[in-house]
Amino acid sequence: MKAATPKALAKKNTSVTSLPKAPTGIQGLDEITGGGFPRGRPTLICGSAGAGKTLLSMEFLVSGAMKYDEPGVFMAFEETAAELAQNVRSLGFDLDELAAQKKIAVDYVRIERSEIDETGDYDLEGLFIRLGAAIDSIGAKRVVLDTIENLFAGLQNEGILRAELRRLFRWLKDRGVSAVITAERGEGALTRHGLEEYVSDCVILLDHRVIDQVSTRRLRIVKYRGTAHGTNEYPFLIDEGGFSVLPVTSLGLQHEVSEERVSSGVPRLDTMLGGEGFYRGTTILVSGTAGTGKTSLSAHFVDAACRRGERCLYFSFEESPGQLIRNMRSIGLNLEQWSKKGLLKFHSSRAMFYGLEMHLAIIHKIVNEFDPQVVVLDPVGSLVQAGTGRDAHIMLIRLIDFLKQRGITAFLTNLTSGGEALERTDVEISSIVDTWLFMRDIELGGERNRALYVLKSRGMAHSNQLREFLLTPQGVDLLDVYVGPDGVLTGSSRLSQEAREKAAAMVRKQEADLRERDRERKREALEARIVSMRKEFEIEEEEAASSGKLEVAREKSVEENRAVMARSRKADTDDGITRSRKRN
Amino acid sequence: MKKPAKSAESQPHSLQEIADSGAQPSEVWELRLYIAGQTPRSVAAFANLKKICEENLQGRYNIEVVDLVKHPQLAAGDQILAIPTLVRKLPQPLRKIVGDLRDTERALVGLQLRPASSE
Repeated sequence: MKAATPKALAKKNTSVTSLPKAPTGIQGLDEITGGGFPRGRPTLICGSAGAGKTLLSMEFLVSGAMKYDEPGVFMAFEETAAELAQNVRSLGFDLDELAAQKKIAVDYVRIERSEIDETGDYDLEGLFIRLGAAIDSIGAKRVVLDTIENLFAGLQNEGILRAELRRLFRWLKDRGVSAVITAERGEGALTRHGLEEYVSDCVILLDHRVIDQVSTRRLRIVKYRGTAHGTNEYPFLIDEGGFSVLPVTSLGLQHEVSEERVSSGVPRLDTMLGGEGFYRGTTILVSGTAGTGKTSLSAHFVDAACRRGERCLYFSFEESPGQLIRNMRSIGLNLEQWSKKGLLKFHSSRAMFYGLEMHLAIIHKIVNEFDPQVVVLDPVGSLVQAGTGRDAHIMLIRLIDFLKQRGITAFLTNLTSGGEALERTDVEISSIVDTWLFMRDIELGGERNRALYVLKSRGMAHSNQLREFLLTPQGVDLLDVYVGPDGVLTGSSRLSQEAREKAAAMVRKQEADLRERDRERKREALEARIVSMRKEFEIEEEEAASSGKLEVAREKSVEENRAVMARSRKADTDDGITRSRKRN
Repeated sequence: MKKPAKSAESQPHSLQEIADSGAQPSEVWELRLYIAGQTPRSVAAFANLKKICEENLQGRYNIEVVDLVKHPQLAAGDQILAIPTLVRKLPQPLRKIVGDLRDTERALVGLQLRPASSE
């Protein structure tokens, strides 16, 4: 590379390949710098006191030594080697061990103004020689000078110093080491002594500001010659795991979508949502006034997810994990079992405790570590309060974007203030959520009852009906609300209305029954009469039949008698008998 | 020293003693000059130092010249950054003078050495 002329290099950079980079091994920072600091060139890190300059440069060195097999020299102008080792031990770096392995060399440069006098010309060849010796002793590829500006405090002749610093940075380039120079932030300038004049390849600004008593750390790449880089201010975090920059990659909308549906944990709610629940990887917002059961609903969702064997991350900004577990037990949910199984992880912190970016960074970090399928933020509103208006909005978009890109189903709750503008506070985030459940109080007949409806749900046919939301010892239950001539009724009004209706129905039924019985009786009486009449008729018929027979028998006997008489009187033939019978 | 201090007559006296003790004929001055190669500046510094010593500390000084190009590891011991640097090892306390020592007055102040002429 060094052989190539600057022009050729620049041309090459604009095409496919970028500058060679020395990865920092710091989460997020490598992303926004496109791979790390410029290899073989000096990088300037400036910031006010306590901004994390030493830490960032030390991590650059340590990860170089441990991960990328690039030994490094740390030239400290502020702290002794022992102090440095102690300071970074809390981050898990063992400088002594690394020094013993010849991976890191720490050289403490002490400048005591009081014991130095100047007379005549000099240069800083001693520093060059020391640095050169340290580099050669371990074959260093990386060098940190922390904070080289201390030279200005120790030596008077600024003219010589500036010339020598210029020579130093040139010399570092020539040696091909990736150098990091830290510098204190100056008034109205990046650095107090204008070091940015000499280090022109990559300048990173660390900022530590306090707004409304909440501190936020931010990082910005002021310039990075020959490479495309993120230009925003990125929040960063310093914790026991070291330095991490929030990898807010983009606000892209390229995430993959899932056709899979996941249950909300409440069967009736699933029914309302097209019968199957939410889409996986979408963002669900549950908003409502205080005490409407938002947390209970999210607990149900978590419980259902854990039941499916998914990993859930529950960020609670109001309740401690113990309190949540206890409270959810009262509605029949045993969240403790999932927590013990390692499927559910709580993270409770007051929203006011950190700045917005810090929260975002922590959420990112924990999500990356835990790799959940479901993330609950309860309530997201208090997070918004931690920031200021627009900040909060941007942060939430970033967060939701981040979760979506990872295919995580996000369940957010939000407290809306009472009063007229129930949906007003949600407008800010409503456009970025996919499913919005709204919970509200209905105050009627001297009591408040909870009601839930689906305000919107992208990509599914959802119910438009209001449901009464009940919290029972067996969990959440959704009931049809009473919609009658008197309007929507809930709670005991609904119960009494239903009772009234039941009573009225009963009366109606009794009346009907009575009439039915009456008819039955009539019918029975009628049938009885029909039977008796039929009987009478039969008797008549029988009588008629038997009297006919008698007549025949009588006639027969009469005719016999007549025949006997005729015969005895010696009458005519049988014709005469026949005739006489016909006449009868 | 020129300030008249009648109330504390013993004060200048004791200071005088201290000054004298630093320049006792019996005490040998240990001086170490750090250079980096035989540069003109190094050569000039050595020449200037030699001159100052001959004029003020005749017979009771040792000059050790350390060439950091040959012994780079020695730079850390005396916290050497600038070249040339003259270190007064003895008498205590340790003093450092950076530069080529061409300004004799300042060099003498730096070494806390009273010019021989003033004695």
